[in-house]
Amino acid sequence: MARVSDAVLRVENLRKHYGDTEVVAGVSFEIRRGECFGLLGPNGAGKTTTLRLCLGLIEPDGGSVELLGEPVPRRARAARRRVGVVPQFDNIDPDFTVVENLLVYGRYFGIPDHEIRSRIPELLEFAGLASRADVRIQTLSGGMKRRLTLARALVNDPELVFMDEPTTGLDPQARHVIWERLKQLLARGKTILLTTHFMEEAERLCTRLVVMDRGRIIDTGSPRELIAQRIEPQVVEVHGDGVEAWSAGEARSLASRVELAGDTAFCYVRDPAPLLAHLERKPALRYLHRPANLEDVFLKLTGRELRD
Amino acid sequence: MSATFALPRLSVRFVPVWRRNFLVWRKLAAPSVLFNLADPTIYMLGLGYGLGALMPDVAGRPYIAFLAAGTLAFSVMNTATFETLYSAFSRMHVQRTWDAITNAPIALDDVVLAELVWSASKAFLSGVAIFLVIAALGLASFPTALWALAVVPIVGLCFGALGLAVTALSPSYDFFSYYFTLVITPMAMLSGVFFPLEQLPAVMQAIARVLPLAHATELVRPLLFGEIPADIALHLAVLLGYAVAGFYAALVLFRRRLAS
Repeated sequence: MARVSDAVLRVENLRKHYGDTEVVAGVSFEIRRGECFGLLGPNGAGKTTTLRLCLGLIEPDGGSVELLGEPVPRRARAARRRVGVVPQFDNIDPDFTVVENLLVYGRYFGIPDHEIRSRIPELLEFAGLASRADVRIQTLSGGMKRRLTLARALVNDPELVFMDEPTTGLDPQARHVIWERLKQLLARGKTILLTTHFMEEAERLCTRLVVMDRGRIIDTGSPRELIAQRIEPQVVEVHGDGVEAWSAGEARSLASRVELAGDTAFCYVRDPAPLLAHLERKPALRYLHRPANLEDVFLKLTGRELRD
Repeated sequence: MSATFALPRLSVRFVPVWRRNFLVWRKLAAPSVLFNLADPTIYMLGLGYGLGALMPDVAGRPYIAFLAAGTLAFSVMNTATFETLYSAFSRMHVQRTWDAITNAPIALDDVVLAELVWSASKAFLSGVAIFLVIAALGLASFPTALWALAVVPIVGLCFGALGLAVTALSPSYDFFSYYFTLVITPMAMLSGVFFPLEQLPAVMQAIARVLPLAHATELVRPLLFGEIPADIALHLAVLLGYAVAGFYAALVLFRRRLAS
């Protein structure tokens, strides 16, 4: 039975295991046209494997993927014609100049040379690389390489762009430039699937997101919804001498939740006033009061222990 | 699992990937040809004239003429092997070029086919260069010798396919030393490249009958001498058999490594 919807990607009960580990353990979600959809999770949550399954690069053990109306992996190649990919690790061709990279990549889509060449100036402009057209890749900075990777992903004028941690390893300046470019793409009506573990990135860009951990989706919503529904609205971070004892004792009656991480106590509260008044009388403790953000939600959902 | 062992799905989509490799080669064509030409030429001239001066005729010809044919087959094998070992491994593993390509509407099968055809193309390019040297030395009998150039791409396909299978298994560049030491070098000694097979004990000669390089030299040598080789169909069948089997093995191994 054919269903009509505006979903550009529909994933149902997707499964993939390696050895005894179920890397993707029954994942379902839908991405609607024009949105920026976030796939969040700590390292090893199964984000990249999910992306590779959605692109039809690996065979699932179970479940189904429909990408731009095409069943994947059976018709994955037809679907990939209309998709752009920014991979987690730069794989620009080191043997070529900036322009050659775009030209050669466009050929992989079967686009005639003259058509690719006519698109290149606009792509270079978008990537801020117009003055570097004939430069060899080795001379580009990390941020420039990422922008070239982004331009390369647009060479086929895709409807949907997959971005696997597009700003990992970039400095703040370069990161802000990428964010601004992604917003431009959304304004042009492109759909974006973004994986990230930068909560600030997800909060700024994503219309909706899912949080993944250990191969499963553990929560879904817009960043605002998740912050409003999953966590107390205010956070007071406390540190200083004796914070350990304080967090195990007095803090418990003043905050609805207290988490000690290293030498900082994170106090989650609905009404911060009593806690702040109490802290004013404790000169040994210093504190920072702020609204709750997506990172707090993320840490609540996925825990604080290291993932590596 | 079935997808891993499926028959190759071949299509002309391999062409843009082949063009990518050709474009890189064109940028470095001069040093590349020089590298592929200099080594075998030096050995051919050094051994052929130096050692050859001490020797009687081999198979009824001066030693240099005998060695020329061996050198052609040997260096075509080496070019295809180096390309599918070191260069293909760089593209697959180090530069992740294959990842970038398969994110476009090109399947892994297309990429592996492109690497195979490219390795044969590059082997052909270096084969032509060596052929020109051989011809310039007056060691090729025209027009029959030109048929040797038709054999060269088949030799390239054969060793390109075997090289790809090795690359599919390789964890790092170091692994390739085993292939050279345990397979390529002994094969060169057992395939009539440097001396006639008849010099070897019967057991060794029997082994040589299954080695693709032996069949390559048995095709190339008579052709350069201006003669029609014996058992053409058998030699071609062995070379193409290795090419097909090697390519399928490489595909299965690459699918298991990259797409499972």
